[in-house]
Amino acid sequence: MSAATVRRIEWIAVAVIAFALIVLVPLLHANGAISNFWISVFGKWLCYALLAISVDLLWGYTGLLSLGQALFFTLGGYMHGMYLMRMIGELGQYKKPIPDFLVFLGWERLPAFWEPFASFPFALTMVFVVPGVIAYLFGFLAFRSRIKGVYFSILTQALTYAASIMFFRNNLLLGGNNGFTDFKFILGYKLNEPGTIRGLYLATAVTLLLVFLFCRWLSKTKFGLVQQAIRDGENRVLFSGYATAHFKLFIFVVAALIAAVGGALYTPQVGIINPGEMQADKSLEAVVWVAVGGRGTLLGPIVGAISINALKSWATTAYPDLWLIILGGLFILVVLFLPGGIVSIPARLKALAQKLRAKPEAAAPAKP
Amino acid sequence: MPHPLLSVEDVSKSYDGFKAITNLTFYLFEGELRTVIGPNGAGKSTFFDLITGRAKPDKGKLDFGTDPSKSHDLTELNEYEINRLGIGRKFQTPSVYTEHSVWDNLVLSLKGPRGVFASLFHRLDSADRDRLDEILKTVRLDAKRDWKAGLLAHGEKQWLEIGMLLAQEPKVLLVDEPAAGMTDDETDRTGELLLSLAGKHSLIVIEHDMAFVKQIARNGQVTVLHQGTVLCEGKFDEVQSDPKVREVYLGRGKHGTR
Repeated sequence: MSAATVRRIEWIAVAVIAFALIVLVPLLHANGAISNFWISVFGKWLCYALLAISVDLLWGYTGLLSLGQALFFTLGGYMHGMYLMRMIGELGQYKKPIPDFLVFLGWERLPAFWEPFASFPFALTMVFVVPGVIAYLFGFLAFRSRIKGVYFSILTQALTYAASIMFFRNNLLLGGNNGFTDFKFILGYKLNEPGTIRGLYLATAVTLLLVFLFCRWLSKTKFGLVQQAIRDGENRVLFSGYATAHFKLFIFVVAALIAAVGGALYTPQVGIINPGEMQADKSLEAVVWVAVGGRGTLLGPIVGAISINALKSWATTAYPDLWLIILGGLFILVVLFLPGGIVSIPARLKALAQKLRAKPEAAAPAKP
Repeated sequence: MPHPLLSVEDVSKSYDGFKAITNLTFYLFEGELRTVIGPNGAGKSTFFDLITGRAKPDKGKLDFGTDPSKSHDLTELNEYEINRLGIGRKFQTPSVYTEHSVWDNLVLSLKGPRGVFASLFHRLDSADRDRLDEILKTVRLDAKRDWKAGLLAHGEKQWLEIGMLLAQEPKVLLVDEPAAGMTDDETDRTGELLLSLAGKHSLIVIEHDMAFVKQIARNGQVTVLHQGTVLCEGKFDEVQSDPKVREVYLGRGKHGTR
């Protein structure tokens, strides 16, 4: 099979999935075949797919195993959440013009840093700026000090852990352990109306497609070549005149932004954002999605995030006590027996079929 | 006498009290092919580490450039900056990008802008392609351009890495044990290739294999390192008959001349 044929099959697969997610699901929702509940759940999975892509850009493509990507996801979610909190207006429990938790903490007026978040464009800008700046600062220090491998992983895990402790505190004025919830409106639309729910889902699906296409383009540029070369032999890259730290920093920031967009879309669809989302295990879970789906590919993280979360939805109701064991077992099985993840199954089956077809010929007696 | 291209003067480097390099002085002139030999632990790899910025000397001077007024102090530059000045290094174990094709390995090495944003919008022009084709022919990997580099045989990987060095168009090539793990035939061809590069480039070749050293040294200078410093320097025959050298090599029962 030629490379061109493989590429064509890949594009057909992408087109089919994109069509199903962007056209079919919303249509089925519009005529009632998919409930409001389920389309929001699908939307949530697609947000997780964005988080998974962000992990894979670093781990699969650059060899940087970040165990803190959920931090950027959650920060994106918080920035959008602040806007949604402002849009509640005086419809909260306390009927005050400031968010309920601030009333509860004894605030009469809005803290100054909350003011601009009534503007959607401002909040949207912050969705990018806050995670981007934090990723830049952390990455700058880590990569300049040439922190690599397991040390990098541990540091990213520590970063998200530290951040979660900070966000759990009430005096950060970001809702403490309850975070933000009870959202009512987005851009003037009621969040509980089917049209709004569908719109949010659609925005997520389209974003996912755009991010996918962007990463696809990136991986084919010379930047993508350098990125993967850093993964396979950083010294060679460094001694070929590339400032590898700059390349790693760039991709670290890009990955953080992708995670942040996922988080921003997550908040209104799930209806809550709290520091639980940036706890250490959330980032680890995202790594499992990528490993199971297939790391170092772009379809893999999407497939992994959706399939594992679908499995989770079912398992946490059917066998709530066993879920973590199922997840851990799945991870071990994939690492041991399917290192290429789910997306490598077609190629494996094909190779197997070829082997089976080749055998009878080989076994046939040679002609005299 | 012309000014040397690379001057290493009175350089010392120790690691946790172990003196890897002691008061080493070494000059490389433009177009020269210099062979460096020495027993294990003589400091050969540290010597390359110092030149390429991987390690910083404790004392001494490392200057690069034939024009003394415009020479660069290598002790103040890092690995990629030194590489951009035109010092390319081939590692002892072949280090190629195993997941990339042979062609892409060379594309990444091709001389040109190295920045993040330049790499996002980089395109090969026809001159680049011709240059890469030429290098592929030189290192005899023409037929395997689409192969994944990880699938190449050991000797071919060594050649690919030399090709990657050539693509950088460096002024100086530092080559660490190029013949290691090669068959006699491959070793011979590697020698020819290195000889053909001298003149246009300057080379320092570290080698253990005396037959190979003899092949590439010809009438050029051979430097013998011992315990982190220069034991002697001269033509291959002079060096070979030097009693100090014989003692270092033969006295320890290692690497006799073949």
